[in-house]
Amino acid sequence: MPRLAYSFPEEVLEHVFSFIECDKDRGSISLVCKSWYEIEAWCRRRVFVGNCYAVSPATVVKRFPKVRSVAIKGKPHFADFNLVPEGWGAYVFPWIKAMAAAYPWLQEIRLKRMVITDECLELIAKSFKNFSVLVLTSCEGFTTDGLAAITANCRNLRELELRESEVEDICGHWLSHFPDSYTSLVSLNISCLGNEVNLSALERLVSRCTNLQTLRLNRAVPLEKLANLLRGAPQLVELGTGTYSTEMRPEVFANLAEAFSGCKQLKSLSGFWDVLPSYLPALYPVCSSLTSLNLSYATIQSSDLIKLVSQCESLQRLWVLDYIEDAGLEVIAASCKDLRELRVFPSDPFGLEPNVALTEQGLVSVSEGCTKLQSVLYFCRQMSNAALDTIARNRPNMTRFRLCIIEPRAPDYLTREPLDAGFGAIVEHCKDLRRLSLSGLLSDRVFEYIGTYGKKLEMLSVAFAGDTDLGLHHVLSGCDNLRKLEIRDCPFGDKALLANAAKLETMRSLWMSSCLVSYGACKLLGLKLPRLNVEVIDERGPPDSRPDSSPVEKLYIYRTVSGPRLDMPGYVWRMEDDSALRVS
Amino acid sequence: MWQRNHKSSEERKLELRLGPPGEESPNESIKKCNRERNESSLTLGYFSTQKISSSDKPGPGGAMLPSAWPSTSYHQHQPKAKASFLQLQSCPKNMIVMGKDVPQLCCVENKTFSPSSANTAVSKRTASGPVVGWPPIRSFRKNIASGSTSKLPSGSHQHQHVVKDKVAGKNSGKGLFVKINMDGVPIGRKVDINAYDSYEKLSSAVDELFRGLLVELNLSHVGSSSCYSGQRDSCAGGNQNKEEEKKANTGLLVGSGEYTLVYEDNEGDRMLVGDVPWHMFVSTVKRVRVLKRSDLPAFTHSSKQN
Repeated sequence: MPRLAYSFPEEVLEHVFSFIECDKDRGSISLVCKSWYEIEAWCRRRVFVGNCYAVSPATVVKRFPKVRSVAIKGKPHFADFNLVPEGWGAYVFPWIKAMAAAYPWLQEIRLKRMVITDECLELIAKSFKNFSVLVLTSCEGFTTDGLAAITANCRNLRELELRESEVEDICGHWLSHFPDSYTSLVSLNISCLGNEVNLSALERLVSRCTNLQTLRLNRAVPLEKLANLLRGAPQLVELGTGTYSTEMRPEVFANLAEAFSGCKQLKSLSGFWDVLPSYLPALYPVCSSLTSLNLSYATIQSSDLIKLVSQCESLQRLWVLDYIEDAGLEVIAASCKDLRELRVFPSDPFGLEPNVALTEQGLVSVSEGCTKLQSVLYFCRQMSNAALDTIARNRPNMTRFRLCIIEPRAPDYLTREPLDAGFGAIVEHCKDLRRLSLSGLLSDRVFEYIGTYGKKLEMLSVAFAGDTDLGLHHVLSGCDNLRKLEIRDCPFGDKALLANAAKLETMRSLWMSSCLVSYGACKLLGLKLPRLNVEVIDERGPPDSRPDSSPVEKLYIYRTVSGPRLDMPGYVWRMEDDSALRVS
Repeated sequence: MWQRNHKSSEERKLELRLGPPGEESPNESIKKCNRERNESSLTLGYFSTQKISSSDKPGPGGAMLPSAWPSTSYHQHQPKAKASFLQLQSCPKNMIVMGKDVPQLCCVENKTFSPSSANTAVSKRTASGPVVGWPPIRSFRKNIASGSTSKLPSGSHQHQHVVKDKVAGKNSGKGLFVKINMDGVPIGRKVDINAYDSYEKLSSAVDELFRGLLVELNLSHVGSSSCYSGQRDSCAGGNQNKEEEKKANTGLLVGSGEYTLVYEDNEGDRMLVGDVPWHMFVSTVKRVRVLKRSDLPAFTHSSKQN
């Protein structure tokens, strides 16, 4: 039989494969035959590790020897909401160490929800001569000293982004460590830093880096300094302001307005802490070309928000506080016809009573007026099945729908019924829905709908919902493309989990906290499914000290090819599998 | 960490059962079903072999929930189920910290699991307190609304509310959450300093946080209020406090004075809690630690003279 694979020289195959960027496709290529596996591995330049514990650094480095760009994710999503205790893990050091040895030409590191120390940053600065991109999203564990190591040593740095990370802000001089000869900065995001950076160093940096496209300042940068920075970088495409407030002075305003009008390429704005509304008109020159606007820190009234947003006819992404109110969303529905993504955050999440006139109606308006709307994150205090049904029918092109009704288990406020039918309509009509977050009063029925219709669903977040294990069973047995499932405070126990145990190997991860899964069931899962890590998180002490029937506090199950992780803290127990037991 | 000492009883315990956690004797026919199938390949069909209760709604495959299961509906009050739920209520209610947010180790969840309260959970959230991680927003979005009320701020007051926050850019004026670790306790907590207005209240909250994890806790050092109210000179170096604290000995915490509070300030230095006025402490504190008194450097134990 002719060996077709060998009819092309390897270089040709390599060249062909170089056009394949998508990880999934690369994975498929590698399964064709052994030589394709090898060639593909040899020429893979980007690796994405969705769960840092699913595979070991050694395995990755061994299979893909020529990687230039790495992206790794660590903690489960619910860590964002303080559900994962400190010290849980997701340390990037083993990865950096392995890559320092294996990838001297590594250029890009992108991390999400990982712990990265100053030591790691120093190792990066020392080991990768061509290092150019560092993006740390929701990371923690490092200080500005570590950043100084990066800025001092990485001559080819192009992107340095600290997105929503926890940085211990020791000293603002880390930015000054960029040598005067350094001019290659393209993207700088320091928005999460608490303290001031050296402003004159920043100004000099910004004006000498003529390729700078993204500049996201932190709150500590005063408004008076913004005009100068803008003048130094009129080519900016993305800007995050610092605090957007100072004493109202006409000359400051004029200066700012002029600086903004000089920025002809500006497409994205963010920042806007402490907004003084009278300074907002300085933005008007750039509004019509804006595609992305993040006003989620702007504590200003609906009328001021409306004046601004109504001019942004090209807007595709809008993040805003619920101060926008239904009235503001109606204006958006009329003005922002290109809107693709809307996020409305709560200004007073812990208040018991509504503080703003934002209801389900706002979302309905936008779903009617914005025909391209496909991604929604909406916090509100009331919802109805009728509204959800309308939204679903209006927007069958919805791909991400996250609704958070602030009161747990809140029913349809008109009929007092569960919101099963409403969410059912969403999954039924939005056939391409990939991500869904539920809230409100929900019975097992909503899960029946999700299992029946949510065939493309990849990520589902559930809280305070369901009646019995049947709910969980519907999801696990029905959602063919489910990758991530996170559940909290639901009465789901052992039955559905055990009945669908094999499903867990087809998913990236499952998180369940404050549910009814027993320790015994966890042990059983760990025993029977060696390719999963079944980790019980319990801060009350060893689960062995309680009966097998006792529910565990939290459970995190993920598939892995590298067995147990070695860095579990004292409150995490991995359920052992058969192989370990046979030895004894 | 997980020892398998009694293999046969372990295996019995691991046997797949039909009943909810806590049920001792599963239905015999179900047991036979168990043995016939591999646990991991149980399917929906397994559900449908059971007796159908008229109150149950049918699922997609025509499966019904067997009436043999006591906790058919989560909202029904089931004494048997409650027995196992109680195990989650091991944390005392007083571990709920004052302030708007609750630290990670949440014991409010005992409310969630009590079946009798599930019926009332549908109604408005009341004084039972906030739930950890809900609503699901990141910490830096939690205290956005400026000022003491949640009403919309008017334009003229805007610039007066500019807050220069000193703690990692996450907390803006309202909540000042700092980490608090304690010797001997591997898992730290977080406490909202802004929720208190005095050292006494803080130490009382710290006491509640760590009570039950360690037997004795005495934060007598911070109890003394006279050490900073207008007597700065005598407080230098903290030597004066030694006298004060022996007298004051905050009655909040019973114990031998084995522990004390220290904190890390915005310059990275470790400081003894209680030396400076409360508002100054609030503006410079970055994290707090509960230390064994014996770990403190010698000068704080010595007599008044330097």
